[in-house]
Amino acid sequence: MGVVYILWLRELKKYLRSRVQIVASLGAPLMYLGVLGFGLGPVFRRAGEGSYLQFMAPGVIGMTVLFTAMFSGIAMLWDRQFGFLKETLVAPVPRLQIMIGRTLGGATVAVLQGLLIFAATLVAGFRPVSLLAIPAAFLVIALIAIVFAALATAIGSTLKEMQGFQMVMNFFVMPLWFLSGALYPLQGLPPALAVLTRVDPLTYGVDGVRGIMLGASHFGIAVDVGVLLAVGVLFVAAGAWRFSKIEV
Amino acid sequence: MRGLLSDDNRIIRVQHLLRTFGTVTAVNDVTFDVRRGETFAFLGPNGAGKTTTIKMLTTVLRPTRGTLELDGLDPVTQSTEVRKRLGVVFQDPSLDSELTAWENVDLHGVLYHVPRRVRRERGEALLRLFELWDRRNDLVKTFSGGMRRRLEIARGLLHTPKVLFLDEPTLGLDPQSRNQMWTIVKNLNATEGVTVFLTTHYMDEADRVADRIAVIDHGRIVATGSSAELKQQTGADSLEAAFLKLTGTTIRDEAFSATDQMRQFARFVRR
Repeated sequence: MGVVYILWLRELKKYLRSRVQIVASLGAPLMYLGVLGFGLGPVFRRAGEGSYLQFMAPGVIGMTVLFTAMFSGIAMLWDRQFGFLKETLVAPVPRLQIMIGRTLGGATVAVLQGLLIFAATLVAGFRPVSLLAIPAAFLVIALIAIVFAALATAIGSTLKEMQGFQMVMNFFVMPLWFLSGALYPLQGLPPALAVLTRVDPLTYGVDGVRGIMLGASHFGIAVDVGVLLAVGVLFVAAGAWRFSKIEV
Repeated sequence: MRGLLSDDNRIIRVQHLLRTFGTVTAVNDVTFDVRRGETFAFLGPNGAGKTTTIKMLTTVLRPTRGTLELDGLDPVTQSTEVRKRLGVVFQDPSLDSELTAWENVDLHGVLYHVPRRVRRERGEALLRLFELWDRRNDLVKTFSGGMRRRLEIARGLLHTPKVLFLDEPTLGLDPQSRNQMWTIVKNLNATEGVTVFLTTHYMDEADRVADRIAVIDHGRIVATGSSAELKQQTGADSLEAAFLKLTGTTIRDEAFSATDQMRQFARFVRR
């Protein structure tokens, strides 16, 4: 337990110390929220769908959590480059504990970033259906964070170089975000896109948050949570397996 | 006296150790012992097999063939137990530069199951010894190369290891830092009885601190003995001259990078 805790704490400390990074990583979601949220608002309303800001705010929270959690994979490449990973891997502790500590740390940081952007959506005018919906929604957000932090661990353990992660970001993380239905409703999509959105775990995350915060979900909250749990177990197992294979 | 040492006095036993990477043999039938409490220098040109041997002794890499014993334990099958007995300072730095000196030390203590009270007391003692106590709350990224090295060694000693591995610890340090570092390490060697296993390219260092020296070249041990014995054996008047006689004067960087490429290729193929 001590090992998991100290590695989790390390991620948290590093996060709280990197003020510049906190602000910088909020830039993109804030831009989406501001530009798309207000820019597409009139069109969305005219289409009879109500407030676009209400609709997309959960998506922007999901985006923040996705990107922050995936970033913990880069942090691992960083640790490999600068040697700290080796210090943990030669310690007399099971690798699983190290992996879990790191992954939970990355997930916690992602949830904290999600909280910050949630506060920003409130300022922008987003209103959840009730106050009680907020902690419930954050349980789903925590699940999203764990799913993608574990995925990041699996990817970070497999990649050897920084450049590789750039590719993952462009060809993997961006599609995950665009296919998640964070920006558009899932009803009436062309069949191909409908299939793709359904294989994206983030879709269920965003739908779950939307279901709790707005009281309207596409799949139903039980399905959303069920899928996230299943994918979470799968990704944590994959992350643990890949992490156990790292050669120092 | 030395001829009478029993097996129990050997903390490291290496017999017919062999490690290949694809078609490249990095360590070729290496046999040597390290005695409990001594300072043992493992010398050789770049690419001779020093780091590969250290990696196998420190449980990071599996031998292809041969037997290894560390404090009576097998690094392959009893890696966790072996790791508890080792303090390792790798060739490349392994500190977290975004944490403070103290946080690095404390984290290490948790990873090695050192009780909180011991972490605090021994951590303070070691940081004072290595003259880092005043900077304990500063982020490591603000430290100079010498300070980082000292911190790594202090950290490696926190869990009171039986063997301290130092893989080129003084690389890139100024003479003052090198001198100070070895003075402290030799003191700990004497007071705590920790066995020191070091590699270095500075022959004057090996001459000064090592009780015994093994010279490795092209993956094979070419000589073992005290500095005086090696000089006598080669008829050289300095350890550096003896080293050059034993390993030749050809530059090894070319061979090293070629070997390295082969290793990477081998890793790539096995994937």
